[in-house]
Amino acid sequence: MRALILAETRNGGIAPAVLNTVTAAAALADEVHVVVASADGKAAAQAASQVTGVHKVLVAEAPHYAHALAENLAALVVELATDYDYILAPADTYGKNILPRAAALLDVALIADICDIASADTFVRPIYAGNALATVQSSDTTKLLTVRATAFEAAAGEGGSAEILSIEAMPEFPGSRFVSEEFTRSERPELTAARIVVSGGRGLRSKEEFAQLDGLADCLNAAIGASRAAVDAGFVPNDYQVGQTGKIVAPDLYIAIGISGAIQHLAGMIDSKVIVAINKDEEAPIFEVADYGIVGDLFKILPELEAALDKLEQ
Amino acid sequence: MKILVGVKRVIDYEVKIRVKTDETGVETSNVKMSMNPFDEIAVEEAIRLKEAGGADEIIVVSMGEAKCQETLRTALAMGADRAIHVTTDAELQPLAVAKGFAALAKREDVNLVLLGKQAIDDDNNQSAQMLAGLLHWPQGTFASKLEFGEGKLTIIREVDGGSETLELDLPAVVSVDLRLNEPRYPTLPNIMRAKKKSLEALSPEDLSIDIAPRLKVIKVTAPPKRKAGIKLETAAELVDRLHNEAKVI
Repeated sequence: MRALILAETRNGGIAPAVLNTVTAAAALADEVHVVVASADGKAAAQAASQVTGVHKVLVAEAPHYAHALAENLAALVVELATDYDYILAPADTYGKNILPRAAALLDVALIADICDIASADTFVRPIYAGNALATVQSSDTTKLLTVRATAFEAAAGEGGSAEILSIEAMPEFPGSRFVSEEFTRSERPELTAARIVVSGGRGLRSKEEFAQLDGLADCLNAAIGASRAAVDAGFVPNDYQVGQTGKIVAPDLYIAIGISGAIQHLAGMIDSKVIVAINKDEEAPIFEVADYGIVGDLFKILPELEAALDKLEQ
Repeated sequence: MKILVGVKRVIDYEVKIRVKTDETGVETSNVKMSMNPFDEIAVEEAIRLKEAGGADEIIVVSMGEAKCQETLRTALAMGADRAIHVTTDAELQPLAVAKGFAALAKREDVNLVLLGKQAIDDDNNQSAQMLAGLLHWPQGTFASKLEFGEGKLTIIREVDGGSETLELDLPAVVSVDLRLNEPRYPTLPNIMRAKKKSLEALSPEDLSIDIAPRLKVIKVTAPPKRKAGIKLETAAELVDRLHNEAKVI
């Protein structure tokens, strides 16, 4: 069996979720290939070739691969598909944008967001914001999957020595053009990869008050997340959102501050190892899933928490 | 400009779902059903575009059982012009839905298809991308802003890490995200008016599409439950527990 992973290039390397996808692919196939499509993919290909478990890296370079437009990358996936039994990508906004288009062009199903592998053709995926798990069996000869990164261990980013092979780019799709991008810059760990996440909700009341989470996040070297309510209220940009339609996280420690715990938020963090909730409403649903809870005024508790952490540090 | 908008009938977002004891699916009898919230945003965006003079006709489409017509009436009451119901009791998976919309987009010769980015029942997030692929049209997924120009559209997309702006030639397929707009509630006079609007029923055979499911659902189960933990009084106590008991800091 052969598997191909479509890898997003990021900061001259590959996106961290590719490592988790390699683990899923290795459970299905004895030969795992990675394809990197980029304007300049050499560094990313080099990074991919060092991942333990990767056997071959294909690099397609073309100016029109610079911004990963789905139209261009789906065409490349379709071109390569005949050689593979499985084609995978992380279930992030990159994979979700590209693989379904490729699946339709191949006339096969896409199995989205798999969180477990039951057998070579049977997969488990969350539905209803994670309130149910569907086990589905595919009858397609080429199986296309997006992988929930938090459900699979990350493969080691070094130790591998895969062969790197240049392949031809496909022609550019004429109807779509990249204009610009605006990335939120942060010195903090990436939300989906952080060991500790501090997340704020509507209880933070305003953009200025939400910024009070910075101190706590600094103490813990944590990423900062937010509930949909906090994003909708404009406290933080959309890419902070944890939940069914935002990011899925599963850190060692998730601290939910001023978050009530709507179903769609829980869907994004329920697999965290330890959950802490701080909320003034003792009936808040977040307490039903929290390992540790404090009922009280978060604006009073936050500085106390920082002080207690400083003390621990000493 | 002619716009096709998809609406799906799903369990209302406020309902706490129950998995059936025989593990065949989720309980839907005697459960409140509503329009998928992302689809409401798609309908609203189409109506705003028409109100601003940018569209001539809005056609709403739903695929599925007879009761989908209620969802279509809601969309008509919001302000869509006419509805098409592709009637079937069969299970519909994203590829089948995309084939239905592709057939209708061609039949109606539309310039734009607006779909919700995902349905809150099966959380697939696929139909728009698949549809764009089948039609070989440009795709703009997870839209938080749309601006229309002569024969083209500028879209701001919500992506991991921030946002991205693309320019797409029309016709195109767009999937909408939460922050595109806030959908309106239909008013009573508009609900009455909607009853007189055209609602055409078609079968999958009328569209010559293959809707056979590609994935077999083996079972649907409830996820493992997390137990509620303990309530603490002070921040100091919390830090102590996290350090000495949970050992995560």
